[in-house]
Amino acid sequence: MSALLTIAGLTAHYGDFQALFGVDLTLDQGQTVAIIGANGAGKTTLMRAITGVAKVTAGSVRLAGEEITRSPAPDILTRGVAMVPEGRKLFPSLTVEENLLIGAHARRGNGFWTLERIQTLFPILKERRLSPGTALSGGQQQMVAIGRALMSNPQVLLCDELSLGLAPVVIKEIYAAFPQIKDSGTSIIVVEQDISQALRVADHVHCMMEGRITLSGRPSELSRDAIHDAYFGVNHA
Amino acid sequence: MSRSLSPLIALFALAVLYALPAIAPRAMVQDLFGILTLLVLAMNWNLLAGFAGLVSVGQQAFVGIGAYAMFAAIILMGLDPLVGVVIGGIAAAVFAVPMAFFAFRLNGAYFAIGTWVVADIARLAISQWKALGGGTGTSLPKGTAKEMAFVDGIKEMLDVSTAAAADALTYWLMLSLAVAMLVASYIFLRSRMGLGLQAIRDNENAARSVGVDPLKLKAAVFLLTAFATGLCGALAFIQITRVTPDAAFSVIDWTAFVIFITVIGGIGTLPGPIVGVVVFYALQRALADYGTIYLIVLGCLGIAVMLFARRGLWGLFTDRTGIDPLPLRHRPPRVAKPSHSA
Amino acid sequence: MMLIDTLAQGMLLGGLYALFAAGLSLVFGIMRLVNLAHGDLIILAAYLILTVATVTGLHPFVAVLIAAPLMFGFGWLLQTHLLNRVLGNDILPPLLVTFGLSVVIQNGLLSTFTADSQKLTAGSIEAASVDLGVVTLGVMPVLTFGSAVLVIFLLNQLFYRTALGRAFRATSDDAVTAQLMGIRPQRVFAMATGIAMVVATIAALYLGTRANFDPSIGPARLLYAFEAVIIGGLGSLWGTLAGGIVIGLAQAIGASINPEWQILSGHIAFVLVLLIRPRGLFPRAND
Ligand SMILES: Nc1ncnc2c1ncn2[C@@H]1O[C@H](COP(=O)(O)OP(=O)(O)OP(=O)(O)O)[C@@H](O)[C@H]1O
Ligand SMILES: [Mg+2]
Repeated sequence: MSALLTIAGLTAHYGDFQALFGVDLTLDQGQTVAIIGANGAGKTTLMRAITGVAKVTAGSVRLAGEEITRSPAPDILTRGVAMVPEGRKLFPSLTVEENLLIGAHARRGNGFWTLERIQTLFPILKERRLSPGTALSGGQQQMVAIGRALMSNPQVLLCDELSLGLAPVVIKEIYAAFPQIKDSGTSIIVVEQDISQALRVADHVHCMMEGRITLSGRPSELSRDAIHDAYFGVNHA
Repeated sequence: MSRSLSPLIALFALAVLYALPAIAPRAMVQDLFGILTLLVLAMNWNLLAGFAGLVSVGQQAFVGIGAYAMFAAIILMGLDPLVGVVIGGIAAAVFAVPMAFFAFRLNGAYFAIGTWVVADIARLAISQWKALGGGTGTSLPKGTAKEMAFVDGIKEMLDVSTAAAADALTYWLMLSLAVAMLVASYIFLRSRMGLGLQAIRDNENAARSVGVDPLKLKAAVFLLTAFATGLCGALAFIQITRVTPDAAFSVIDWTAFVIFITVIGGIGTLPGPIVGVVVFYALQRALADYGTIYLIVLGCLGIAVMLFARRGLWGLFTDRTGIDPLPLRHRPPRVAKPSHSA
Repeated sequence: MMLIDTLAQGMLLGGLYALFAAGLSLVFGIMRLVNLAHGDLIILAAYLILTVATVTGLHPFVAVLIAAPLMFGFGWLLQTHLLNRVLGNDILPPLLVTFGLSVVIQNGLLSTFTADSQKLTAGSIEAASVDLGVVTLGVMPVLTFGSAVLVIFLLNQLFYRTALGRAFRATSDDAVTAQLMGIRPQRVFAMATGIAMVVATIAALYLGTRANFDPSIGPARLLYAFEAVIIGGLGSLWGTLAGGIVIGLAQAIGASINPEWQILSGHIAFVLVLLIRPRGLFPRAND
C-alpha cells in the first residue's frame, strides 16, 4: 500500500494562538483513519489546514506525493480532497439537489459518483430534492453534506463529526453508507467524538489532545485505558 | 521631551492663529477661514464615520439648512447674523431628528445612500422656498456684515476696513469652533460614553453586553454633529454672502472633500482631519491650474489610503514612530491575548 | 385621460430605473457590496457607446454590442484589482473606495468629454409612438420597459437555473464553504460585477437615447437605482422592477402637478414606502 495523503510536522495558528503542534499522519490508499479527541483538541483545525481554509504555519501536506500545503482551498478540492465540514454547512439558498450539484462545481470529467448514485445511496435526498437544504432534519442534512462532498469524486474524503447532535439510529444509518464510499475508491478520514463509532469504522485511529497526536494504533491494539489517558491527559485525576 | 514640549507648541500655534487677522493680509485670513471650515466639517464627519460607524454622505444637508436658516433669520426676521448662525445650528439639529428616524432604519452601507437621499430632499424642498429665491437662491442684503455685532469694535481695534473686520470676526468664530470641536471630541472620546462608542464600532454586541445602548449613543452623536455642521455651514455662508440650493447642498464641496480629508489624514484618529486638511490644501494649491485633475488625484489618494493604509497618514505616522500625542485609550495589544489590564 | 397617460408614462419610466437598479441589486445580493459609483459607471457606459457610435458610425443599438463586452471586462478588472481587496466585515473601505471611484470617473469624464450635454441619436425611432386608443406611448419608453422586464427575467434565469447562478447563491450564503466546493469567490464576484456592468450598459443605451447626459448626472441615477432596490426589497430582482415602477410613477405624478416636483416626489415615495415597510415590498426571507 502506498501513502495517499502524508501530513508531516503540520503546525497551525489562529493569530498568536497555536492550535496544531507538528502533527504527523498518513492515510493509505483505501484506508479509513479516525481521529478522536476532546473538544478543542484541534481536530477541526487539522481538517481545515488540510483543505486550505486554515492557515498553515509550518509542515507539509502531500497528496500522492505532490505538495498541496498552502494551496488555495478550491485547488485542493480539484486535486481530490473533499470535506464534510463540522456542522454540515449546507447553503440555505440552495435546494437539496442544488446543494448536491454544487459539490460537482469544479469537477472535470466523469467519476463514480453522480447525482443518481447519491440519490440511490440516500433515497430521501431524491424525495426531498426540491426542499431548501436547511429545511431537512439534522441527519438528512448530514446526508446532503456527504453527498455534496462525494459529488466531486474525491480521492480523500474528510468527515468532521458526522454524528454531532444526531440520534444513534441516525448515526448508524449514515455510517451504513461507508462501505459503498470505500468501494468507490475513496479513502476516508473521520473526526469523531463518538469513540466506539470511530473504533468500529476505522482501520487506524489517532487520538489528539491539545494540538498533538498523543496515541495511534489499530482499533484492536488500543485499550480503553490508553484511549482514556490520551483523551483526557495522563495527569488528570 | 516631546511630551512636555508639544502642549507648548500647540499653545503657541494657537496664539499665532488667533493673532493672524492683526498681522496677516486679508486674503490669507480668508484662505484660512476656508481651511478651518473644512476642518470643522471633517472633525464632525470623523466623529460620525470614524467613531460611531455612521458613514453619512448627507452632511451637505446640515450645511445647507444651517446656511438657509441663517439667511432666513437675517432676511425674513431681521436678526443679527450671529444670532442667525446659532439658529442655523439649531435648525440643522432639528432637521437631524426626522433624518435620523428615517436613515437609522437603513443598515451599514445603505445608511450612506439613505442620508444622501435625505440631503437631496432637503435641497429640492428648499428650492421651492420662494421667499429665499427658490432654485436661483438669494444674497445677503447689502451692509449686513457692517451691522453685525462686534464688527465696529474689531474695526477700531485692528484699524481695518469694515469688510476686513467682518472677515476677522467670522474667522475667529470658525477658529473657536474648530478648537472647541477638537477639545470636545478629545474629552468625549476619552469619556465612558466615548469609549463605549469605540467599543460599539469594534463590536456592537460586546458593547451592548457592557451596558452601552448603541442606538442612543449613535443618535446623540448624529444630532450633535448635525448641530456643529449647521453652525459651520451658516458661518461659512456669511462670508460667501450668496446662497443657492446647489451651492449650499453641494455633495462635493461639503461632503466629498470632507470625506477625502478625513480618510487621507486618518479616519478614526483625532488628529487625522488636521493632517488631512493640510494635505488637501497643499494639493489644491499645487494642482490649482489643472482644474479637475486635482479631484481625480484626491479620489485616487483616498482609494490608495483605503487599500494600503486604512488609518491614513496619521495612522502611518503613529505606527512607524510609536508617537501618539493624543492617545484615545491605552492601546490594546495587537492580537488578543488572555487579558491582563495594566 | 390625463391621469391614465401620466400613469402609463410613469410606469414606463420605472423600467428605466429598474435597469439602473438591476446591476446594483445583483452585486449587493451576491457580495453585500454597495457600489456608490454605480451611477457614474452607467454614465461612463453611455460615453463609451457614444464614442463607439461616433468612431465607427454605427447605430447606438449596434454600438452597444461592442460597448457591453468592454464594460464587462472593465467590471471584471475593477472587481479583481480593486473591490475584491476591500470586501470584508468592515463596511467603510468598500464605501470609501467606491465613493472615490465615483469622483474619479466623474472628473475623468469631465476632462475627457467636457461638461457639454451629449445624446445618443437613434434616428426616427426616437419620435415613433404607438396609439393604444386610451393612451399613446412612445416606442422608446416601451422598448425601455420591455428591455427591463427581459433583463430581469434573464438575470433571474441565470440566478436560479444555471451553475453560475448556483455558485452566486452559494458564495453569497457562505464564501468559505463555497471554496470547499471548488468555487473561487473572487472570480464569482468578478463575474457578477462584469454582468452588472453589462446591465449598466443597456441602461446607458436607453438613458442616452431618451435624454441628454453629461458627466455630472451619475449620482442622481445612483439615488434612483438605490431607491428602487430598497423599495423592492434587498435581493429580489422582480422587487427591484416593482421598486423602479414605484419611483417612476411617483415622479410622473409629481411632475404632472408641478414639473419642479418630479424628483422630490420620487424621493418622498421612497421615504413613505420605507416608513410603512422597512424591509421593502418583497424582502428575501433569510436576510
Ligand atoms: N477561529 C478561531 N480563532 C481562534 N481560536 C480558534 C478558532 N477556531 C478554533 N480555535 C481554537 O483552536 C483550538 C482547536 O479548535 P478546534 O476547533 O480545532 O478543536 P476541535 O478538536 O475540532 O474541537 P470540537 O470537538 O469542539 O470540534 C481550540 O482551543 C479553539 O478554541
Ligand atoms: Mg471540531
